[in-house]
Amino acid sequence: MVLLLAVNMVTRAGFSLKQLKMWGIIRQKVAAGGGSPVARIRPVVSNLRNYSSAVKQMMVREALNSALDEEMSADPKVFLMGEEVGEYQGAYKISKGLLEKYGPERVLDTPITEAGFTGIGVGAAYYGLKPVVEFMTFNFSMQAIDHIINSAAKSNYMSSGQISVPIVFRGPNGAAAGVGAQHSHCYAAWYASVPGLKVLSPYSSEDARGLLKAAIRDPDPVVFLENELLYGESFPVSAEVLDSSFCLPIGKAKIEREGKDVTITAFSKIVGLSLKAAEILAKEGISAEVINLRSIRPLDRSTINASVRKTNRLVTVEEGFPQHGVGAEICASVIEESFSYLDAPVERIAGADVPMPYAANLERMAVPQVEDIVRAAKRACYRSVPMAAAA
Amino acid sequence: MATAYSSAKFVQPLSLNSTINGRSRDNSLFDPLKTGTSFLGSTRKLRVNSVHSNQGNVRRRLPVVAVSEVVKEKKLITKQEGLELYEDMILGRSFEDMCAQMYYRGKMFGFVHLYNGQEAVSTGFIKLLKKEDSVVSTYRDHVHALSKGVPARAVMSELFGKATGCCRGQGGSMHMFSKEHNLLGGFAFIGEGIPVATGAAFTSKYRREVLKEADCDHVTLAFFGDGTCNNGQFFECLNMAALWKLPIVFVVENNLWAIGMSHLRATSDPQIYKKGPAFGMPGFHVDGMDVLKVREVAKEAIERARRGEGPTLVECETYRFRGHSLADPDELRDPAEKARYAARDPITALKKYLIESSLASEAELKAIEKKIDEVVEDAVEFADESAPPPRSQLLENVFADPKGFGIGPDGRYRCEDPKFTEGTAHV
Repeated sequence: MVLLLAVNMVTRAGFSLKQLKMWGIIRQKVAAGGGSPVARIRPVVSNLRNYSSAVKQMMVREALNSALDEEMSADPKVFLMGEEVGEYQGAYKISKGLLEKYGPERVLDTPITEAGFTGIGVGAAYYGLKPVVEFMTFNFSMQAIDHIINSAAKSNYMSSGQISVPIVFRGPNGAAAGVGAQHSHCYAAWYASVPGLKVLSPYSSEDARGLLKAAIRDPDPVVFLENELLYGESFPVSAEVLDSSFCLPIGKAKIEREGKDVTITAFSKIVGLSLKAAEILAKEGISAEVINLRSIRPLDRSTINASVRKTNRLVTVEEGFPQHGVGAEICASVIEESFSYLDAPVERIAGADVPMPYAANLERMAVPQVEDIVRAAKRACYRSVPMAAAA
Repeated sequence: MATAYSSAKFVQPLSLNSTINGRSRDNSLFDPLKTGTSFLGSTRKLRVNSVHSNQGNVRRRLPVVAVSEVVKEKKLITKQEGLELYEDMILGRSFEDMCAQMYYRGKMFGFVHLYNGQEAVSTGFIKLLKKEDSVVSTYRDHVHALSKGVPARAVMSELFGKATGCCRGQGGSMHMFSKEHNLLGGFAFIGEGIPVATGAAFTSKYRREVLKEADCDHVTLAFFGDGTCNNGQFFECLNMAALWKLPIVFVVENNLWAIGMSHLRATSDPQIYKKGPAFGMPGFHVDGMDVLKVREVAKEAIERARRGEGPTLVECETYRFRGHSLADPDELRDPAEKARYAARDPITALKKYLIESSLASEAELKAIEKKIDEVVEDAVEFADESAPPPRSQLLENVFADPKGFGIGPDGRYRCEDPKFTEGTAHV
């Protein structure tokens, strides 16, 4: 009854039935906040649709493509711009098929002018359009960082709420395979230090779909850091994820694996490595809790702290440079808020403090590997084995 | 490459200071491909054969013009328009003078950049706009805000840092935003406003073509200086605006100085209007100390954009009577140069024109000046008496979404759901 009333009201408010179905009638079951370690949000499907219970495998690339597709079809104000997003079908094929479907006015191939087209996106967002600006890699966003920070992030504050900027900046971030120093920088810490920006970093297909949809619908500038090496990976997705109104909350981390001995926080590709490390640790009797941050800004301090209060040990892992990194912020936050719960010093694993080398073996050493995470966890548990020799 | 240009006729562009001698009034057309408006001043056309022969040998004739003189016999403005222009320029001047006074009394602080001497550009262009058209400016934006319609009280309060300012004190002198009047800032970095303006023009075109709002013909004006014309973003946007035929006018306020750097020392080719045709749009040079000339050029450029014919680059030769900012000692500029331009003060020029062509009497103009004095005094009083922003305002407006947790599937902010956590920011 309430459902029908809601549908009625919303339809009368001018939304089409399609939009209505999109924003749907999905109830959320939210766990109690605060100290519960299971801070998981699970959308629950209403009785309007029946889903098969078969679990599908979806590549991250497909997840991103489908999210863009659905958001563009739901809202005509959403448009995509970037280099090679149109006729080339996307530099990493994320925007495959979108040009044919939506036309060149909504999928814009831009000239190679990051500063220019990012600014154009911001200007369009000032007026209520919802641009999705794709950077071929986030390294190129450095040419446009003035617009991301000064015209997008700060505008809502400077104009005192008059002008909001509903824009999404997305693209691959961090190290790929053998692409050298200028193409491997991780920008999570850079953008996450700016008030006014939301910074998201998905890991699985479910994250990719949910977070990108949330980002596009969001009224604020969002920096969406993907990972090139994850594009081709497949993850199982449930039926709720495939629904067109699925979106994840911003600012909430996900506990990928529960444990009770040590907390490992990670985002993006490193979550995969952390899960593998947790498997290895489990065999040695250490039960690791792996937290997928999902959102770097706002950082889900409550989930992290709740987890540390349970396990009493922390290992933060990230791919970027160690100084002033995401791990530094998490460690500071835990020390400030849960100091008396810590049984061991916090451990920080980050990429090596050097520009990314090219040689394959050096590159492997410059990025955290599963063994590094295992070793750090053992150190935190005071069960470390001294390292035999430098690798 | 040489063969493609062999049939082109290159014409030397006219020199900058050719405003004094009269030129024969050609009946040349603004845009040769479209009939209609005859344009004042002489034109010389640069004929360029399109290099992209694979698109069917399109011939585009892009005039590179220098508007020289306003013909005095023709009545360009009505009395009402004349008084409106005069009032707007006087408002700009008095306001800026009052800003200087307030700054030296300590009521205003930080970086304040004054617009004295350049009023003709602001008035000439912005008074032709509708409310829905947008203006993007630089840090020298007080007068742009006033011309666009932001009340003097709101601007003065913003400068004093009070909660009644147009941005509630959160923006300041360099960041004037007004959604109601479509003033999109106020950018401190030079060149930063140009892509944002191009984006606003893009939105206008997108609305018309994709969202099918057929009557959306909003034009955007981007104001920036001579120094900005050496910045990469300027060229990037000239390219994209011409490529996508966006309804924008790029207005260069060439006051010859970028803080202490003379335009001639910083630029390989100081004639900025020539850079327009390189990207496929007409480039105009106009005497920016004469509001009537600026207005004529502005009319054409804005109408062109409204018709959907694309961008225009207009270079206004103007001058700032004060230093770059109130903290600038202004030692590098030659006093003789300053005196020369002071003699061409746009307000005195308009006053002279109005009186000589009997459009207004001395008494009427004095009455306007008195009225504006009162408006500015009232603005100062209002700003003085206003309260500074409350402490709770510090953390407001960082996100449009109150706590930053995004929008849920029901379309409402997630933080409004009582079962969600309260969020991370607190005072």
